[in-house]
Amino acid sequence: MKLNELTAHEILTLIKAKKTSADEIYDAVLGRIDQCDKDVRAYVRLRGAQMDSDGANGNASQPLPIAIKDNICIRDVETTCCSRILTGFKPPYDATIIAKLKNAGVPIAGQTNMDEFAFGSSTENSCHGPTRNPWNLACVPGGSSGGSAAAVAAHEAIWAIGSDTGGSIRQPASFCGVVGLKPTYGRVSRYGLIAFASSLDQIGPITKDVTDAAILLNIIAGYDPKDSTSVDLPVPDYTRALINDVKGLTIGIPKEYFVEGIDPEVNAAMMSSIEVLKKCGALFKEVSLPHTEYAVATYYLVATAEASSNLARYDGVQYGLRLQPSQVRKTALMDMYEETRDIGFGREAKRRIMLGTYALSSGYYDDYYLRGLKVRTLIKNDFDQVFTQCDAILTPTAPTTAFKIGEKTNDPLAMYLSDIYTISVNLSGVPAVSVPCGFSREGLPIGLQIITKPFDEETLFRLAYTYEQNTDWHKRKAELKTYAKVK
Amino acid sequence: MHPASHPEYETVIGLEVHLQLKTQSKIFCGCANVFGEPPNSLTCPVCLGLPGTLPVLNKKVLHYAVKIALALRCSVNPYIKFDRKNYYYPDLPKGYQISQHDLPIANHGYLEIPDGNGNFRKIQIRRAHLEEDAGKLIHDAHVNHSLVDYNRTGTPLMEIVTEPDLRSPQEAYDYLQILKLNLQYLNVSDCDMEKGSLRCDANISLRKKGTTALGTKAELKNMNSFKAVKTALEYEVTRQLKILQAGERVIQETRLWNEEKGATFAMRSKEEAHDYRYFPEPDLVPFMIEEKTIAEIQRSIPELPAAKFERFMKDYGLCEYDARIIIQDQDSAHFFEQCAKLYADTKKICNWIIGPVQQELNAHKTGIKTSFLQPAALITLMTKVDDGTLNNLTAKDVLKCVMDSGKHPDEVIHEKGLAQGTDDSTLETLIEEVIQENTKVVTQVKEGKDSAIGFLVGQTMRKTQGKANPKKIGEIIKRRLLNG
Repeated sequence: MKLNELTAHEILTLIKAKKTSADEIYDAVLGRIDQCDKDVRAYVRLRGAQMDSDGANGNASQPLPIAIKDNICIRDVETTCCSRILTGFKPPYDATIIAKLKNAGVPIAGQTNMDEFAFGSSTENSCHGPTRNPWNLACVPGGSSGGSAAAVAAHEAIWAIGSDTGGSIRQPASFCGVVGLKPTYGRVSRYGLIAFASSLDQIGPITKDVTDAAILLNIIAGYDPKDSTSVDLPVPDYTRALINDVKGLTIGIPKEYFVEGIDPEVNAAMMSSIEVLKKCGALFKEVSLPHTEYAVATYYLVATAEASSNLARYDGVQYGLRLQPSQVRKTALMDMYEETRDIGFGREAKRRIMLGTYALSSGYYDDYYLRGLKVRTLIKNDFDQVFTQCDAILTPTAPTTAFKIGEKTNDPLAMYLSDIYTISVNLSGVPAVSVPCGFSREGLPIGLQIITKPFDEETLFRLAYTYEQNTDWHKRKAELKTYAKVK
Repeated sequence: MHPASHPEYETVIGLEVHLQLKTQSKIFCGCANVFGEPPNSLTCPVCLGLPGTLPVLNKKVLHYAVKIALALRCSVNPYIKFDRKNYYYPDLPKGYQISQHDLPIANHGYLEIPDGNGNFRKIQIRRAHLEEDAGKLIHDAHVNHSLVDYNRTGTPLMEIVTEPDLRSPQEAYDYLQILKLNLQYLNVSDCDMEKGSLRCDANISLRKKGTTALGTKAELKNMNSFKAVKTALEYEVTRQLKILQAGERVIQETRLWNEEKGATFAMRSKEEAHDYRYFPEPDLVPFMIEEKTIAEIQRSIPELPAAKFERFMKDYGLCEYDARIIIQDQDSAHFFEQCAKLYADTKKICNWIIGPVQQELNAHKTGIKTSFLQPAALITLMTKVDDGTLNNLTAKDVLKCVMDSGKHPDEVIHEKGLAQGTDDSTLETLIEEVIQENTKVVTQVKEGKDSAIGFLVGQTMRKTQGKANPKKIGEIIKRRLLNG
């Protein structure tokens, strides 16, 4: 088997046995990128030869090339959130997780495609154009971390980093047949993650299997004095939670999640997943998250409100795109702002800025944003309540498998609904993981979402690991072909 | 008659003071918080608001704010929460200012100002909150564009807002003076309007005497001294009075004070049409200040000017005038108290400190704390005047040397040979010479013309080059000429 197709932990074992070297691994990954990224288009910028230097400073060299979502700042490397407005922006600092990766000797293979500012569920809202799903190049990889998920699925990286505001790690992981974990809000520092919605954003791993996710979370987790929202709790060694045993764990199945709109194949995969875990000794019970129906609306108030403010800094003054006076109707400041933002932001970014601005406006604040905050508390209470009865919640990651490129671009509401199972998790701040749990007849991956209590990533790993050890879904390889949809 | 005391109308003023807190670092990052450095030299990714950066609250800022709140008798809100105030301007790198909107750190306080009849009047503080300062635009460097200096960005600011309790421009001026003095006692701000460490906006309206509803107000901005605040308010009283007396209506607007023209001018109304879209700052987690911490800060508050003023009159018998002056500077007041432990005549100590000592401090452009003068040294000097060793003139000379060099007064007296009356026989000889040289005057003295003695004393002093005690000379002359 080719080196780039191995998991991080498999390669680490080879390195330990001196059966491979950093150079061999880099060659394998770079060769693969060279061979197939013209089709997949997972990356927007490659580190190339500079990859060596990223890992060289590390004291615990782990020469396992990683793909980084283009919204995480890397010192002196252009970072743009796949938005024209940040063209040319080179952060003068490393995000905390980048510093941690460098310190661990993990080299950066490149930066991956995403929906502009993470606004989207398909990676189609990128100024670089869409990334393709390695399982079917006619389909989207999901989003917004579609580039990272596709890079891992296509073996163009050993592992990857994404960010998740409403499902942006888990949904693409589900669409691409890989593992994607959103840690508890506050578990991983957000310092250097270019904000979409500050109270929802969280960085997390996208990997080929659960073990790799635990190894990667070990590297990036922890309190950061530079991020007031990171939590000062000890970080356990997550690899110790990789136990193939779930006897006695109680798992809740929320009744509100299995209603209209769910793809029958997704539903079937879900049901057989329950059977797998039952056989392993897990107990199941039906639970209720009564405010589920308000989650999408609440999310689109809270997230867009924060986003409208977070994106105000892109005004052409300090960095990134600025429309020069000659390109502007008049030389006035307001014209510079308006022209720069008009050309700099894509359609979805503008849509969300307008939604958020509206939700915060005087006269509307109480009815929209404030009500959104209140419902958010109710949704969080739902989870608190359920977790008094069980150790974890099981749901599909997404209601469908990957859809066709272009299929939903003109229907933003349909697009928003593809995050229906993931959004509540961000609103509540709890951790969740998506693991491969089957394939559709068309050969598209299906994801299983496991949710646990805040800061209980250990139970998350234990369940995900047990499920993985008792199934083979994670061993299938994407073939990078275009298939016609057969119904 | 000044319109401020117009028989028909009453002036109503409320002030908003923006105070820069002099913590070592900025409010949300580690950059140095100092004035006057080269443009953009005191910046980092956080205060520049670069993508991906996050604010972290400087705890010292919080302590300063609580200290101010307590000193202004406010109730401190222990639940600390910040909000975003959204607006676009090139000096605001994030496109929003981190401020406190619905839950300010302090509410419902007051500050007392003299009411002009020997009593005090409470001016209520409505609220005080924390926020970050913006940068500064420099417009005149280039014709076609402006420059931005972000050094000031993230300087901790406390905004202190009064109720509309002030009744004249003079009261507004007094309030500012007293507020400044209190803040200086707390050692939390430089309070320098010219450097922008204290900025003041004023809301002013007029209403018919005897009515309680507020009139339509104008908000005055751009005053860069306390004096300017007063003058601008006086101008505005006159302007509004004219409008009202003509039976017209005052327009609610922001007006900018133009120092050169001595007038206020309406700001274009478009610039004030803001909806700030406040919402809770998600990057800073709300938290509670512990009561223990508040109590600790309460204990760290020194005796404030009003209390010191009362105590100095009561304990040291100072008159109002002296007490008022000596408390203007906390260090001088402390110095005074140290001296009072060593010397009984507190009025005399006060005169020395307010007079010659202050003159020397002014000349050295320093404060008493950093000067060479020690309380014991001043008392040594004063005692030597009392016992005739020095006269007032030579004592001031010695004081100057002490404050120039840091030497002990005895050392200076010895070096300069300034001690008077050390050598009685020399003095007798010199007096004898004067008597011989001024026979005409001597005759007048002997004939009973007392005032002529002064002339002989003066002549003798001249011969001693001012080193003798004139009282003593007078006594010797009298003894020689009248009793001899």
